[in-house]
Amino acid sequence: MSTNERFHPDPYVPRYLQDLERARFEAAKLDRRHFIKLSGLAGGGLVLALSLGPSAKTALAQAKPAATTFEANPYVQIKTDGTIVLFAKNPEVGQGVKTSLPMIVAEELDADWSKVHVEQAVIDIKLYGPQVAGGSTSTPTNWDNLRRAGATARAMLVAAAAKTWKVPESEITTASGVAYHRASNRSASYGELATVAATMPVPDAASVPLKKRSEYKLLGTRVSGVDNPKIVTGQPLFGIDARVPGMLFASYTKAPAIGARAKSANLAEIKKLPGVKDAFIVEQKGDPIAFGPNAPAVASGVAILASTTWAAFQAKKQLKVEWDETDASKDSWKGAIAEAKKIAAQPAAQTLGQAGDVDAAFKDGKTVEAMYTVNYVAHADLEPQNCTAWFKGDSIEIWAPTQTPQAAVDAVAALLGLTKEKVTLHQLRGGGGFGRRLANDSVCEVAAVSKQAGGVPVKVQWMREDDMGFDYYRPGQFHSFKAAVDKAGKLAAYQNHFISFSRDGKATVAGGNIAPTEFPAPLVANQRMQQSLIASKIPTGPWRAPGSNTIAFAVQSFLHECAVAANRDYRDFLLEVMGSPRMAIEGNPRSLNTGRAADVIKLVTEKAGWGKPLPKGRALGLAFHYSHAGHFAEVADVSVDANKKVTVHKIWVAADIGPVVNMSGAENQVQGSVIDGLSTAMGLAITFENGRVEQTNFDKYPIIRIDKAPEVEVHFIQSDFSPTGCGEPAFPPAAPAIANAIYTASGQRVRTLPFRMEGYSI
Amino acid sequence: MVRLNVNGQSYEVGDDVDPKTPLLWVLRDTLGLVGTKYGCGVGQCSACTVHLNGTPIQSCQLPLETVADQKITTIEGLAAKDGALTHVQQAWIEEDVPQCGYCQAGQIMRATAFLARVPKPTDAQIDTEMAPNICRCGTYVRIRKAIHRAADKIAKAGGAS
Repeated sequence: MSTNERFHPDPYVPRYLQDLERARFEAAKLDRRHFIKLSGLAGGGLVLALSLGPSAKTALAQAKPAATTFEANPYVQIKTDGTIVLFAKNPEVGQGVKTSLPMIVAEELDADWSKVHVEQAVIDIKLYGPQVAGGSTSTPTNWDNLRRAGATARAMLVAAAAKTWKVPESEITTASGVAYHRASNRSASYGELATVAATMPVPDAASVPLKKRSEYKLLGTRVSGVDNPKIVTGQPLFGIDARVPGMLFASYTKAPAIGARAKSANLAEIKKLPGVKDAFIVEQKGDPIAFGPNAPAVASGVAILASTTWAAFQAKKQLKVEWDETDASKDSWKGAIAEAKKIAAQPAAQTLGQAGDVDAAFKDGKTVEAMYTVNYVAHADLEPQNCTAWFKGDSIEIWAPTQTPQAAVDAVAALLGLTKEKVTLHQLRGGGGFGRRLANDSVCEVAAVSKQAGGVPVKVQWMREDDMGFDYYRPGQFHSFKAAVDKAGKLAAYQNHFISFSRDGKATVAGGNIAPTEFPAPLVANQRMQQSLIASKIPTGPWRAPGSNTIAFAVQSFLHECAVAANRDYRDFLLEVMGSPRMAIEGNPRSLNTGRAADVIKLVTEKAGWGKPLPKGRALGLAFHYSHAGHFAEVADVSVDANKKVTVHKIWVAADIGPVVNMSGAENQVQGSVIDGLSTAMGLAITFENGRVEQTNFDKYPIIRIDKAPEVEVHFIQSDFSPTGCGEPAFPPAAPAIANAIYTASGQRVRTLPFRMEGYSI
Repeated sequence: MVRLNVNGQSYEVGDDVDPKTPLLWVLRDTLGLVGTKYGCGVGQCSACTVHLNGTPIQSCQLPLETVADQKITTIEGLAAKDGALTHVQQAWIEEDVPQCGYCQAGQIMRATAFLARVPKPTDAQIDTEMAPNICRCGTYVRIRKAIHRAADKIAKAGGAS
């Protein structure tokens, strides 16, 4: 087996996503081996044979052509009136896949995008394989299948035209939803061909010809989001907009101390309040502190069901609950900081990886030491967590703005003791995801509430205070670094003692790990990656660019310190660390490519005018980070005054994510990620004492506003590498680029995320 | 009973709805106009922005009893009856502003009222005016562009929104 056939998981995506990807990888391997046999299956779902292997058989039966509709496969329907319906398989939470994934199909189909109607696909693993929004995986994992879905549909339309006109298929061309036979000057729209196309044999999905990049007409152009007309007119779209006849509106109150259980409450009093229909205590199920998309878990709390959301919220204020805090968190952030400082002064508990002789290199070179602190943060999706469910005795129907709908079905089925077939989930748009909606705690919660209420359709709506008070937070962490630069100013040794959190004392909490191969370790001859863990009961999980979103700040700031110690320009220093173009981890195609890294570093510094003179108190800062298969370099132009007031004038980005699918969407993601990066770096922190989170709303959680948001100039290097997603990898370099600029402008090193903790403001 | 005038239509809200209920929840839960969004409930994020007599205001801070018989416009009421979008809505689509889209109703409501008052705003004026509205996805660069684009459209159309 070649190295390319070995599975290399992304170390920073949650286990659930790693498992999905591993399954997909194994299935693809199987398909390659048994390809001829599988491709002999007839029917409209051939694409599935490729993605799902033998289980595709069941899907085929469901994709029968209808009289007025040519259902080429689960992604493409062409109606005789000319309408083309493309199905968007993955959840949309703002990352743009409801537009970009159908664009991939439309390109190979040669559809006229203006006639394309996009619909959210049903949640069905047999039809669509994994349906998930996470890890920036939607584009890379669907790129091949979706192109083939479009191409097979087009091939059937071409065959239909050839049959109708009695000419060879090779003489048929297509463009913008029309098939042509130039020699006889005939043409027919896809709608006109639909009925005949439905009777054509399904071609071999694996060998159907695909376009060359130079032939793309739609991919790489700027396409406005398919839901924008609904968004700008306020049509129902989001989870919170779900309405079911007879539905009640519910609030759900958890303990101030995370993990405490409700013992008793003034329920009789609550039930008498205006608009309140029911109120009850919900027992804890499973382990709600542990992040897991398919975890059948419910945190203990009090549900109040009312005639309006407001009535349910108002009643919450009158609620008096006695909480059992036996198992509750007693965690203190201040305590964690003190403990981390102690730990950093001691030998690390574990060595994750090492190479060369670090200690000898420390003796020979000029050493640099620093400790970095990263606070917890909340996801703070603008749409607070909510979900609607209707338990019907032996089945349940759910309307959810989740990032992991299939896992939600699994979780609810296990929670209620139903088979998965008895759980129907309608996928709704999420008003922000950022990893929060990978967890299905709100889905399980409403399922439990609807059941306990006796089968009432109900929407559980979290208040902002609930959303901020119980999250799978991005965990805090600490990096205690030591490095040496040699006489030539090269990075000769690198050591990171990473201090993270753990529930069981063994594994890091979700979203709180570091890979032993994290940059720059594999590129430094003498390196040591170490780890120590602090006990914690605070729930954590993946947060936009998990791991990377904090590690990039610490590593890129510390490497800048090394460059300063060596009296080197950071661009030159970083390019020297990259060295010759190669994969940072030999044999791992998913690792950092130093050549692509160097290219984006060179491009961004050129665009930003690296080295140009700037007034006193103003400077450029550079950072690079690789995550989710995206190579991103960013330069921030920053002023800082004597009172540590920061002004970010502009940020430049150079990115290599391979070919760009939707230029408008990709640029939007990058601009938004960078502004999110600035926002989070400057001001956002979740702190806690005695297990109680201290921030409750946006007054204490200052998400950046437009008046502090700089211009963000984005450049893509559209390399020939496989395309990757864009929802996450632009985020990590923003914070260190700004911090490095602050240092160059002021001589002050920022070593805490957020910078606000060191007195900075924006 | 409270009489509401929303998007040119008259509604009678019954006594079963607490007159202290914020307009946001009356719109969403009682009238079924769900375009106006809940984000924070404390007047911090402005996702719930509507027009009260043409002025942008946070509907989560507006008790039902205080807005009887006044002219309320929500995101659903901007487009013409025939569905023709306003210049601001059109500009939002052309600049492809939304990411998750959740805050955009509030952004559009504030931008619409702003352009009626300041037809040709500078970036600095936009920043000051739009600062009450949080966009968690960070689409601010495009919000600025869309407001400029809408301003151009309005100017070309002779000032009509």
